[in-house]
Amino acid sequence: MVTNASTTAGTRKITIEPVTRVEGHGKVTLHLDEKNNVSQARLHIVEFRGFERFIQGRPYWEVPVIVQRLCGICPVSHHLAAAKAMDRIVGGENLTPTAEKMRRLMHYGQMFQSHALHFFHLVSPDLLFGFDADPAVRNVIGVAAKFPDLAVQGVMMRKFGQEIIKATAGKKIHGTGAIPGGVNKNLSVQERDFFLKDMEQMLAWARSALSIAKDYTAEHLAELKDFGSFESNHLSLVRKDGAMDLYHGVLRAVDAKGERVLNDVDYQEYAKHIAEEVRDWSYMKFPFMKSVGPEKGWYRVGPLARLNTADFIDTPEAEAARKEFKAVTGGKPNNITMAYHWARMIECLHSAEKINDLLHDKDLQGTDLVTKGERREEAVGLIEAPRGTLFHHYRVNKQDQVTMANLIVSTTNNNEPMNRAVQKVAQDCISGKPEVTEGLLNRIEVAIRAYDPCLSCATHAMGRMPLDVEIHDCEGKVVDRRQRD
Amino acid sequence: MSATFTFTIDGKEIKGQPGQTIMEAAEAAGVYIPRLCYSKDLRPHGSCRVCTCMVNGRPQAACTQPAAEGMVVENNTDELQAIRRDLVEMLFVEGNHFCPFCEKSGNCELQAMAYRLGITAPKFPYLWPDRSVDASHPEVFIDRNRCILCGRCVNASKDADGKNVFQFVGRGEHKRVAVNAEANLADTDLKGTDRAVAVCPVGAILVKHKGYATPVGRRSYDQKPIGSEIESKRK
Ligand code: SF4
Ligand code: FES
Repeated sequence: MVTNASTTAGTRKITIEPVTRVEGHGKVTLHLDEKNNVSQARLHIVEFRGFERFIQGRPYWEVPVIVQRLCGICPVSHHLAAAKAMDRIVGGENLTPTAEKMRRLMHYGQMFQSHALHFFHLVSPDLLFGFDADPAVRNVIGVAAKFPDLAVQGVMMRKFGQEIIKATAGKKIHGTGAIPGGVNKNLSVQERDFFLKDMEQMLAWARSALSIAKDYTAEHLAELKDFGSFESNHLSLVRKDGAMDLYHGVLRAVDAKGERVLNDVDYQEYAKHIAEEVRDWSYMKFPFMKSVGPEKGWYRVGPLARLNTADFIDTPEAEAARKEFKAVTGGKPNNITMAYHWARMIECLHSAEKINDLLHDKDLQGTDLVTKGERREEAVGLIEAPRGTLFHHYRVNKQDQVTMANLIVSTTNNNEPMNRAVQKVAQDCISGKPEVTEGLLNRIEVAIRAYDPCLSCATHAMGRMPLDVEIHDCEGKVVDRRQRD
Repeated sequence: MSATFTFTIDGKEIKGQPGQTIMEAAEAAGVYIPRLCYSKDLRPHGSCRVCTCMVNGRPQAACTQPAAEGMVVENNTDELQAIRRDLVEMLFVEGNHFCPFCEKSGNCELQAMAYRLGITAPKFPYLWPDRSVDASHPEVFIDRNRCILCGRCVNASKDADGKNVFQFVGRGEHKRVAVNAEANLADTDLKGTDRAVAVCPVGAILVKHKGYATPVGRRSYDQKPIGSEIESKRK
């Protein structure tokens, strides 16, 4: 499948291959007024929604497998969110213990490897060398040369997570493990023992990654506090008792001060609470909470949001880390963009602890894998993906065909926040300076990257996202342009 | 039992019985001749030509050609394998085959044949035909995007099920599997347990709600290439 999508702006034509790639380029436009102050800063992300059409008419049990083609970066999250929706379609949402635990193991494996990859490959160069360091050094190769142990850890943690995905889903990418109402395999004793032998090492590396992120944030707090930061709402799933839960729960949102905006609502009814705004300049929609309205109702998702919504974490080491994290803001929500990295590494350790608990749980060797009940025609599946809350919503007709699909991916949820971060950095760093230096370009990139957006460019391990920055003067003329690819 | 005779396939001596095709005699001797439309116990359809062998120097479909005393058959030659590869590649580009999410993956004879023949990406252009699905039946789903027109369902429904549910209509690139009913599959007397459903080599006729119940690693062709079940019979 090959589709052409040309932008109405007429400036570029983008060819998207929807089976392999969904979200592609990051483009930033900055508008300056007469005094060379930034009057407008925008991040444009090309979001492909052809998928929703593509699966019309397909049988519902195919969806958890097809939907992984959407994203090469976190296919497991799409696999599980769709499977959760299809559980309800077949009336099998009360999974057997083995099925739920296999799914969780798959999910924590994905979270662990995704967070580790992001931190070691994409973020550590900025943290270890500084935002202004020579880009020739400020990349993963530079990290490997100067901090060889760290680079190896990143690779090994990613591998561990991917092996867990393979053992639960059948393949490292695009597996079939989660099926409507359950899973298609359990974890054999041999598979379990294969992971147990490396478990202590993984826990140790997760601890050390967390301390790098924490120490860095604590040491640089004065400069990071305002960097790309702003007040916002925060949204995520939490377990019914308020614990962080990355796989399942109710929808909670808090405002910048910690007041509840969404009070643990059933996500089957997400459409009652959340709407998506269309803006003429962006292909990606802007979700917001209806009760607050589009102006102020947007929210952040992902690790920072989850640390802000949860009352506690149910694994001891991550809970201790959470308390330290909360102490920085006196228990109130943390609105510092760069704190995402610290939050992400708390979740990485939490995932490792969860994996360890699960590996010691005999239910994973159970043989009762699938349940079914009363058939439904509409269902919603939500999951906390590495990058934040992921919504899948489907209608299925009596003949088992999908008739409607609506997806809100994590990066879309973070659309407004990423735009705010870009605005903040642009205003703070370049207002009055019409020239875009490499350092500025990188600052914009650093702020966007804190959200770990699912741009194909965010996976660029070389520390340079293909980013296109345009500066327009007060008459709208392009006065400067920096491109990297 | 009537008198046997001998002939050779790739120089190996094979025993044949009167009335056997080359395919049948080869299979009994543990020699695998690649095939797609042929299915044991069904009347050969002879349409895919993947089983083409050189018989006494001339190309013949092994699934329909009777074996005979003294025949010299070439099967596993570079030239024939190249022809087979082209035929299978053409089947891929003629339909819409998305192996990565097809539930038949790992159990699909077309995919397994491609692996066995060492096909990675087809060299022919994809045709992306516009084909229909039929989801009307409570137990069976038809996805014509994946049909390779092997004729197995047509023959099995007639001969094994005694029903005549399927038939071919149209010609050339418009040829397709149709159902003998007013409107669609739900209007036939097809059952999910019918032979006609089980014999489809690809993901074109599927029993509903089964999906991906078999994990990767335990599917028919995950561990061994297609044909090895026949080759393992060879003494
Ligand atoms: S539906 Fe299946 S069995 Fe029938 S002709 Fe097509 S590929 Fe062959
Ligand atoms: S198998 Fe002989 S022609 Fe198809």
